[in-house]
Amino acid sequence: MPNIDDILKKLDTYESKIHELRELILANIVMIGEIPSPTFGEKNRVNFLLERFSENSLINCSTDEKGNALGIIPGERGDKNIMIVAHTDCVFDEKIDHTIAVQPQYLSGPGIGDNALGVATVASLPNILEHLGIKPKSNIILMGSSQSLGRGDIAGLRFFLEKAKLPISAGLCVEGVKLGRLSYSSIGMIRCELRCEVPAEYDWTRFGAVGSIITINEVMNRILEIPLPKRPRCNIAFGSIEGGKSFNALASEAVLRFEIRSESGEMVSNVFKQITDITSEVSSFTGEDITLNVLARRHPGGIDFSHPLSSASRQILSKMDIKPRISPSTSELAAFIAKNIPALTIGLTTVENIDQLDEKIHIDPIFSGIAQLIALIEVIDRGDLIEA
Amino acid sequence: MKLNDWIKNKTYHHSDFEDLDALIAEKEKKGLKISLCIPTLNEEKTIGKEVVIFRSELMSRHKLIDEFAIIDSGSEDKTREVAASFGADVYLASDILPSLEPRKGKGENLWKAIYQLKGDIIVYIDADIKNIHPRFVYGLVAPLIYNDETKYVKAFYDRPLAFSEGVRSSGGGRVTEILVRPLFSLFFPDLAGIIQPLSGEYAVRREVLEAIPFPIGYGVETSHLIDVYAKWGLSAFAQTDLDQRVHRNQPTRDLGKMAFGILQAFLKRLEMMEMISEMPKMQNVLKQFVAQDRDFEAVDYKIVEFERPPMNTIPEYLERKKELGL
Repeated sequence: MPNIDDILKKLDTYESKIHELRELILANIVMIGEIPSPTFGEKNRVNFLLERFSENSLINCSTDEKGNALGIIPGERGDKNIMIVAHTDCVFDEKIDHTIAVQPQYLSGPGIGDNALGVATVASLPNILEHLGIKPKSNIILMGSSQSLGRGDIAGLRFFLEKAKLPISAGLCVEGVKLGRLSYSSIGMIRCELRCEVPAEYDWTRFGAVGSIITINEVMNRILEIPLPKRPRCNIAFGSIEGGKSFNALASEAVLRFEIRSESGEMVSNVFKQITDITSEVSSFTGEDITLNVLARRHPGGIDFSHPLSSASRQILSKMDIKPRISPSTSELAAFIAKNIPALTIGLTTVENIDQLDEKIHIDPIFSGIAQLIALIEVIDRGDLIEA
Repeated sequence: MKLNDWIKNKTYHHSDFEDLDALIAEKEKKGLKISLCIPTLNEEKTIGKEVVIFRSELMSRHKLIDEFAIIDSGSEDKTREVAASFGADVYLASDILPSLEPRKGKGENLWKAIYQLKGDIIVYIDADIKNIHPRFVYGLVAPLIYNDETKYVKAFYDRPLAFSEGVRSSGGGRVTEILVRPLFSLFFPDLAGIIQPLSGEYAVRREVLEAIPFPIGYGVETSHLIDVYAKWGLSAFAQTDLDQRVHRNQPTRDLGKMAFGILQAFLKRLEMMEMISEMPKMQNVLKQFVAQDRDFEAVDYKIVEFERPPMNTIPEYLERKKELGL
């Protein structure tokens, strides 16, 4: 276990000094959260973030062809690079009311925790480091990554890691919720969209003609019959379903979105193959066109439980009396893992009504969450711990 | 100045002034101090956000505002606690100029802000705006900072869908369109060019604020426009498009009370300016009706548009002004 006592000792001071910047941090959360930013429509939020980067005199403030926001806090030595990433997109459509409410104990509004808080923390980081008098030796690359969620398939970060010439020592993915969250490994995953369509020449008078909703139900029942092992752990998550247009007209189209997840990449592939067979079989006896599209794919990997970075992250949380909740991730972290870059995903505060329009994040824990981030940057900046 | 020329030359969009560094440089060059006042009454749901955004963006990040105060009418909810918890200076209106008999109304808070605050320019922002943004302040003070002739800048909202022969269609609310604009068109046609005469957001020079009376209720915005127009003419005004303003909608019955108060202030001015003569003594009770099944019941609302005199007639103010070197 690495000796980071000197960093742990500073956590209390960090928390109280970060609290002094409450106004600035809250204003950033509100202003970022009120800019709608659906996946593939992040431009306005990214521009706001770039303005903040420029105001803070970051170097190389720029966007790229995937619409990421990038800026660099130059390090004292500048021979290493640490990436701090927050995804700028959220699951809500731009047409919904993005007004954020501010109360003494909490902020609420759509996407406030996922991930306006994460982006606002990245936007505030130059001010926070300056206020704490921390001058990292490494360059700190700040990134608001675009095209992260759903169909975005973390395209923004993957693009940067593919094209960037800079070697990255480590990455920290900043999520608004939930404080205590620690992810340092990715599970295997295939994200699918299954579409049932009645062909134009379909004979609705034929015996057993039932429409796409019943067909997709049949596919789901068959998927649920697939035996899944307890080890390696594996599950199939049905995320959304839609189809049909009225009460009594048979549906001509239905869509199911789901993910296959497992600690074993082989298991994910096996289950995917079985689902492919099911769709072919159901298609053949219903006469409907069933297509199965893969929208995203992750391979298992990541750093070990005993890696100095994961160990340090647990020590930091324990020092703040926060119980670590360790879970694998399929988000930004997977892009770092695919490039063999040690990385962590952390959460910043506690939440209520998660993923709802009135999602509520608590203000006080935010300062612990950010202190955790600062301590991790210091741990990585030492270099010797990560390279141990 | 002709109305069309005024609309062309003195109607702005907030984006005209988004270079805050340039704006602040001009403000400092002219040695101007700016105070922001938010009058409140039971606004605990929205006040926290206004305080956070304005203090962070316009006092810490950019030094546009020198002073920021909440002046409260005696809220029964947690408005004052919420505002103070985010670091705002909070005053109870009745604690300002305590020797005067206290009155309750938004206009009272606006009037007392002239005494309490020290700025050369005071910008007033309503507390019920959900989508608050720094543009609400810089869009209003910028025309005063850049143009010495301008004395009173009014906000308007909602982009018009279409232009009609160069004149923008109005984005006014119901009371504006069925009462105030027709009245202005009849008696002060120039003022009909102010797109939202009742908007609660405006920035004004102290020399103007201290010289005009303040109805304490619904009539304050309308009377300001008439009084400033009478004294300084149309060229003293400017207006800024602040895009959208999201706020709670008022029920129609409340609009009736608002119209009643505005009419009192308006007719009083017609009489004072001798534009009409021999006005009969007016009542100050508004009758509205409630219906239950087939029974109708009249409900009386007493609405008195008490007016505070120009602040520069209050001895305590003149003394404070001398003390502060204003």
